[in-house]
Amino acid sequence: MKAPRRPPEPVQIVKQRRDATLRALVERVPYIQYLGMQFERKGDELTGVLPFDQKLIGNPMLPAIHGGVTAAFLEVTAIITLSWFFLWEDVESGAIDTAALEAGGLPRLPKTIDFSTDYLRSGLPRDAYARARINRSGRRYASVHVEAWQDNRNRLFAQATGHFLMPSQRD
Amino acid sequence: MKNKVDIARQFIEAIPHSKALGMQLTDMGEGVATIEMPYDGKLVGDPDTGVIHGGAVSALMDTCCGAAVMSHPANPGGTATIDLRIDYMRAATPGQAIRAQAICYHVTRTVAFVRATATDDDTDNPVAAATGAFTVEGTR
Repeated sequence: MKAPRRPPEPVQIVKQRRDATLRALVERVPYIQYLGMQFERKGDELTGVLPFDQKLIGNPMLPAIHGGVTAAFLEVTAIITLSWFFLWEDVESGAIDTAALEAGGLPRLPKTIDFSTDYLRSGLPRDAYARARINRSGRRYASVHVEAWQDNRNRLFAQATGHFLMPSQRD
Repeated sequence: MKNKVDIARQFIEAIPHSKALGMQLTDMGEGVATIEMPYDGKLVGDPDTGVIHGGAVSALMDTCCGAAVMSHPANPGGTATIDLRIDYMRAATPGQAIRAQAICYHVTRTVAFVRATATDDDTDNPVAAATGAFTVEGTR
């Protein structure tokens, strides 16, 4: 006779663990807070959100979001998404220590090697959204593509590709 | 009469995001620009070490490259970034200001080509390098 299958974990326990991990990644980085960035999560899919703010303006005449802000928004989305998938297995298995995370134990983050941003349209004074796709994630290096849009998902205002150095594997 | 460099300087110093990051234009003219950004706790990307986030370095590089384009004699007006690539060579030392120096090394009727480096107090060891293409506005 087969061993009885383990019953699925209660949904709130799973969500609690996922959200605690995401909060730990995002909330302790001063620069992410300074930009006012947030992350929305649907399952394992993350969307970076940059609510519009006057201090993000780069060209007061248009007005348009600063190109550096756009690059930063895309880079943060890439790093958080990369870290998120790096931790995902431990989050799902429950191996991750959420209590330590909540006490301020920030997981080690990937480091940017290079980041290349294409500016497709000027960033309007509206909220912006971004999603990253990990095209390759090896033991040491990762390559990530990011797309950002505002009102229409199909009209990107910027895209970027970056390479990252992964944190050394836990034992 | 105000010259173009003064106008460009005024324009750059009026940029809300550059002001918010405390950027100061220390040198500008004939296609080159130097901008300094003081260390600030709100720009930290790694709370364990206090190292500035790469994104803040991007904002500095983008502003500095734009300033170099605007100051170039062959560029009649404003500019916008087409693309900008940044290489991060090392972490900037916490507590130190970052200085970016950009040079607009070629301008066509429609495109300006720029490169830049950023350093902290250890000026022999750049923190980051950038290359980019910018629009030339006011022609065509």
